[in-house]
Amino acid sequence: MGAGHAHKLYRDGRSPVHALPAHCKIAAVFCFVLVVVATPRTAAWAFALYAGLLAAVAAAARVPAGFLLKRLLIEVPFVAFAVLMPFVAEGPRTHLLGLDLSVSGLWGAWNVLAKGTLGVAASVLLAATTELRQLLLGLERLRIPPLLVQIASFMIRYGDVLTDELRRMRIARLSRGFEARGVRHWGVLAKSAGALFIRSYERGERVHLAMVSRGYTGTMPLTDTATATRTHWTRAAALPLAALAVCLLGWIL
Amino acid sequence: MHVPDGFIDAPVSAAAGVVAAAAVAVSLRGARRELAATGPGAGTGAERTAPLAGLVAAFIFAVQMLNFPVAAGTSGHLLGGALAAILVGPYTGVLCVSVVLLMQGVLFADGGLTALGVNISDMAVITTAVAYAVFRLLVRVLPRTRRSVAVASFTAALLSVPAAAVCFTAFYALGGTTDVALGKVFTAMVGVHVLIGLGEAVITALTVGAVLAVRPDLVYGARGLTRPLELRTSPLAADDAPAAAPAAPAPAPAAPRRSPRRLWLAGLAAALVCAGGLSYYASSSPDGLEKVAHDKGLDTRTEEHATADSPLADYSVKDIANRRLAGGLAGVIGVAATLAAGTGVFVVLRRRKAAADTPAPAADTPAEQH
Amino acid sequence: MSTTAPAPSLAVSGLAYAYPDGHQALFGVDLTLARGERVALLGPNGAGKTTLVLHLNGILEAGAGTVTVAGLPVTREHLAEIRRRVGIVFQDPDDQLFMPTVREDVAFGPAAAGLRGAALDARVTEALDRVGMTGYADRPPHHLSFGQRRRVAVATVLAMRPEILVLDEPSSNLDPASRRELADILRSLDVTVLMVTHDLPYALELCPRSVVLSGGVIVADGTTQELLCDEELMRGHRLELPFGFDPRSVTLPG
Repeated sequence: MGAGHAHKLYRDGRSPVHALPAHCKIAAVFCFVLVVVATPRTAAWAFALYAGLLAAVAAAARVPAGFLLKRLLIEVPFVAFAVLMPFVAEGPRTHLLGLDLSVSGLWGAWNVLAKGTLGVAASVLLAATTELRQLLLGLERLRIPPLLVQIASFMIRYGDVLTDELRRMRIARLSRGFEARGVRHWGVLAKSAGALFIRSYERGERVHLAMVSRGYTGTMPLTDTATATRTHWTRAAALPLAALAVCLLGWIL
Repeated sequence: MHVPDGFIDAPVSAAAGVVAAAAVAVSLRGARRELAATGPGAGTGAERTAPLAGLVAAFIFAVQMLNFPVAAGTSGHLLGGALAAILVGPYTGVLCVSVVLLMQGVLFADGGLTALGVNISDMAVITTAVAYAVFRLLVRVLPRTRRSVAVASFTAALLSVPAAAVCFTAFYALGGTTDVALGKVFTAMVGVHVLIGLGEAVITALTVGAVLAVRPDLVYGARGLTRPLELRTSPLAADDAPAAAPAAPAPAPAAPRRSPRRLWLAGLAAALVCAGGLSYYASSSPDGLEKVAHDKGLDTRTEEHATADSPLADYSVKDIANRRLAGGLAGVIGVAATLAAGTGVFVVLRRRKAAADTPAPAADTPAEQH
Repeated sequence: MSTTAPAPSLAVSGLAYAYPDGHQALFGVDLTLARGERVALLGPNGAGKTTLVLHLNGILEAGAGTVTVAGLPVTREHLAEIRRRVGIVFQDPDDQLFMPTVREDVAFGPAAAGLRGAALDARVTEALDRVGMTGYADRPPHHLSFGQRRRVAVATVLAMRPEILVLDEPSSNLDPASRRELADILRSLDVTVLMVTHDLPYALELCPRSVVLSGGVIVADGTTQELLCDEELMRGHRLELPFGFDPRSVTLPG
């Protein structure tokens, strides 16, 4: 997580998409996904248009298709779920390639797949064009409670530190000839988890001391001065507005 | 179990978002109390919340990467809701799991952005609330031993995971976009999650045990369990302070505990009745519930003319009304039960907190030193 | 060594402290540091060194006795100013560097004190420059080497322009080159330094004066070379020199 994964999630670049302030992008992606979710599933062409819109954004951001597709793999568990749907759903049946399938199940599977994939693709584009730190600042500018953003930023800062500790514990176990092979070994792993919790909590207390020592009184000093201009907002709004137009067409046609 | 975009329809996703936001707002305030200082540099909870909750969130995130081998190359990992509730308290638990979910959604696209409300409601709020309620209940009812804590952690984690599945089914009943019978969804979700819950339960109990063995003061759920300080009455003092003095320590802690225990038992009974009633309803009248998930609200209207062979076309109006009513009723009951359980937990906790305020500092004193 | 300035950087007198559980760690500590002095605080594990350090910026409140920093008593109403004047560099830089980037971390203290805009940027650049880390301002701390993180940790404190710099085990876990680089940096600063350490050669190299804290009181106070050569004192307080190191043979610069 966080810094250690930054190179995987974020693709550095100087595109117009990269240049937009984070909070504009987050708001745009959120509205886009909301519009997608509200689109009737029967309007298949609308989803094709959405995919086209995202492809245009990806092209503008110079995010290669391979990168995007690889990140889409996160969706796989739900693809499996969607594939099951035509078999278990109710209603009139249809026969396709010798399989007995439910029509509404097919629609349901299509619905989840199309909307889910578009949602994941939009989020992936957001993460690929926005630095982690900027994402957090963006969330804060969108009036997410500052305390929540602080917690998130501590989580990201120390996620790596803790995963490293976990890795060191694993190496220490391996060096002493222990390898967890089954349920019988859970006790040892749980002890690692317990030790990690204690270390995390104690580190939290030390971090608190370090913060208090430098004048912390409960609120983060505001060092973020970035603001979004009208142009930024207009550019960011292009995506959800285009999507909204498609969605409305989908309802009318 | 991260729900993607499009699985639950827009209105219900939005409603779930509101519920989740409210729960997180309540937790932000509650967490300050839970994390209030016990050690050096004792300050207000506010300034400790960010670093401590942040580190606990990082811990949950990291521990989800710890693979527990099951058999033949497969392995599972901890979800962490129950563990967080027991170790740091329900409010901080909700907060930490929510932050983990938020970051997973925004950074890794794991769980849809519009489904964030649904994901936080079932995985952060319900899991944590159910786990903590069950844990505290059992800890109060069972004798005060370390084994009881293990049993309580086990049961809490075991129930918390299917509880999340039940909550998910309720959302699905209200705003599911696919046409799978509610009974089937319920059975499949709860069935699978009882299995997952079993693993979760074992790992949670072992982990809580491991922490309890080293730093019992850090286990929030077991804080009341530290042996009360022993007071030995000096034979000299006995003369000065008549009868009342030696009698005081014994009944004093017991008296306030009796009524909450009854309250807890009543709560458990109510929850069981609710759960039992709901599942009976779901299984005994499968026909009435079968189409519950069928596109409601927004989708229905276009659906009817859009797909000629839509299952809706076959049914008479009266039938639809009945089915809708049945489905709606089930959904309402589900959500009402969930909300009732949730608010019940919060109200009881708050009342207990106020009651426990006096003995708390005494129990916390030996907590820390450098 | 000690010049008698009107207000010493640090004056601790009769400081005693017991933890809430009753364990007493300090039993009346007296210690005065003049402006610009570099002093090593030596002592075995459990002597109360950390407890003493946590009193210097008011994280712990004295049970008895007083602490004053440049004439200002450490009390609740002066806490913000005291924490600006006393810069503590903790042992684990990962605890100290809690912000997502080096720049934000160095800016944290001055920003908490109310500095904004260009003045804040200038302060950050200056502090990073003094530890030779200017080129790393936008890096996440996690990507730095341990020695670099320790230097940034020093910068986070320097950015607050402290009256006194308190370092907890500054040389721990550093490779010899990083250790020397840190020594060069510390020598170049014109602030008062109190250095808690087990690294006796490092103390000898950097600090003309040393004090030994043992059993919650100061048991020795003198030039570092004299203290390290006092075998009886050293043995009596579990202080040991590294193998083959003879403090007598070291010629100190200046």
